[in-house]
Amino acid sequence: MSDTYLGMPSFPQAKASTRDTRLRANLTHATRTIRDKRARAVAELDDWAQLREAGKRIKDRTLRHLDDHLVQLEQNVTAAGGTVHWAADAAEANRIVADLVKATGEREVVKVKSMATQEIELNEALAAEGITAYETDLAELIVQLGEDRPSHILVPAIHRNRGEVRDIFAAKMGEWGRPAPEGLGDSPAELAEAARLHLREKFLRAKVGISGANFMVAETGTLVVVESEGNGRMCLTLPETLISVVGIEKVLPTWRDLEVFLQLLPRSSTAERMNPYTSFWTGTSDGDGPRNFHLVLLDNGRTDTLADEVGRQALRCIRCSACLNVCPVYERAGGHAYGSVYPGPIGAILTPQLRGTASAVDASLPFASTLCGACYEVCPVAIDIPEVLVHLREQVVERDGPGHRTERAVVRAGSWLLDHPAALGAVERWASRTRGLHPRRLPTAVARAWTDSRDLPELPEAPFRDWWRKSR
Amino acid sequence: MTVPAKGSSRERILARIRAAVQDAAEPPPVLRDYRDSHQPDDPARLLDLLAANLADYRAVVHRCTGAELPAVIGRILAERGSRTLLVPDGVPEDWLSGTAVERVRDHPPLAPDRLDAVDSVLTGCALAVAETGTIVLDAGPGQGRRALTLVPDHHLCVVRTADQVVASVPQALPRLDPSRPQTWISGPSATSDIELDRVEGVHGPRTLEVVLVG
Repeated sequence: MSDTYLGMPSFPQAKASTRDTRLRANLTHATRTIRDKRARAVAELDDWAQLREAGKRIKDRTLRHLDDHLVQLEQNVTAAGGTVHWAADAAEANRIVADLVKATGEREVVKVKSMATQEIELNEALAAEGITAYETDLAELIVQLGEDRPSHILVPAIHRNRGEVRDIFAAKMGEWGRPAPEGLGDSPAELAEAARLHLREKFLRAKVGISGANFMVAETGTLVVVESEGNGRMCLTLPETLISVVGIEKVLPTWRDLEVFLQLLPRSSTAERMNPYTSFWTGTSDGDGPRNFHLVLLDNGRTDTLADEVGRQALRCIRCSACLNVCPVYERAGGHAYGSVYPGPIGAILTPQLRGTASAVDASLPFASTLCGACYEVCPVAIDIPEVLVHLREQVVERDGPGHRTERAVVRAGSWLLDHPAALGAVERWASRTRGLHPRRLPTAVARAWTDSRDLPELPEAPFRDWWRKSR
Repeated sequence: MTVPAKGSSRERILARIRAAVQDAAEPPPVLRDYRDSHQPDDPARLLDLLAANLADYRAVVHRCTGAELPAVIGRILAERGSRTLLVPDGVPEDWLSGTAVERVRDHPPLAPDRLDAVDSVLTGCALAVAETGTIVLDAGPGQGRRALTLVPDHHLCVVRTADQVVASVPQALPRLDPSRPQTWISGPSATSDIELDRVEGVHGPRTLEVVLVG
């Protein structure tokens, strides 16, 4: 990749990751596998288009009246024995959770994979308060033990192959608890078994569980977690206290609305007719599951996103990650390049809206796309990601990068020239007459890079309009 | 519910939402023109589909009549070599008439490590969804609290085919009570976290056996 500045911010971290051949092989293998499976799972339902439209409209209508639905949700969770907290930003959410954990007297918690808690960096905040958070999802465990960062919404360790996972487990499990079995092999089945043994002792003694949620139903106060491994069930069922941190956009108005999303989500994410385990709970139940339930409703930039007429559709996202799996940029750059817990196409429109575009990476995200539109096509709630990308590009450009100033000046000069035929003719004739003096390559470093691999067009002997006048 | 103070995060968030959407148009209405079911209304085919989809996700499926059920349960437990069987309240006594394994009751509620020491758990269910190969537990009679079907490594679940099988997710939800804790189970515990390759058996029961009775 050259350093040519073409008026758009470069995608800084992709420069290294696109050269990492092992990473690219891992990603290509994984994303292609899931792509084909998803297409088959979706093809089984001949009403997919109707389900997708219904999913889109339910979300749009919910967002339009989000205040009412959240108030109703709060009432129903409270009536069912839960406690609802509201967090305007990450710091407030982390403080609420840390205080709740400290109030139990516990020093460790088990966690279900949750994008919201990653977004607010809850584990780090809890560590600062002396509380250890154990990730229990297999991929999250790989990331946590490997002191790594997640690179995919659904499969955070997608950048690791089985051999790498084996090495991490063998080296690190002992530091966190039960060590990996002697002579651990690298088959996924053996690795899953090692994780089962390692985590079981943590589940059985856990007193506090922390989760997110895929859906919250306003009319019933029900939360829903969709998962595969059973670590979610463990965290949601065995501890005495459960704390769920959930973005405010996850609310659905009615119980019936689940019939749409429980068909859209599993087929889009893991390409299954249904994921192995889905847990539903409404407040607390006598003698079944946690005795204390806290719901932390998280804003953290979501209301800013909601205020953007074009950008608010990103809040329809149900975090299925189908858009990552089909994206040519994601497949080559990997998730880490996006500098956020939300990678891929959805991350490219969500992160700059949640966080703003002050940093170089965040400003580059709307440009980290070819606008090919594959993401829009697979999105189960029809988020027009290319539309939002272009919209966000405008916003970044409005803030006036130097390249864009030059571009605007050139376009202004060009417009003036095309509006003044006499001047245009004079310039054309002058350009034709000086043909012999034209350089083959452009001067200045930026322009030279452009002509490194391209020929400049040759000017004709006479401008077309002069030739036309003569030859007519 | 306590009334939150003015200027609390609750009020701030709600005010920000109202400001964000106040000028937005009302989005189009939700058309529920998707299918209620993707299957023809044929109970025998539905049952075949349920069995096929359960098996596709690596559940072990058995089919028998009500009279055969005790013997089938006895055989499954014997073949697995289970010595202890967790039996939630409400499991019909005659289901157990074909086995002599030691029964474990959840009175008083068993601690997680006790549940971990049990070989198998036997339950009924609330309903089963054919299109997705799903069984639904709602802590009703014969199902017990959620932990009972989670910690043991072997879950044996009985589905009454006459009245517990529905075709689809849209047909399942109206029959379920949202105030009850629910677990929807589609095959044994699985993961796709390593190279997006599906592997059965992580934290939940690694063996799920479903008996379709009727």
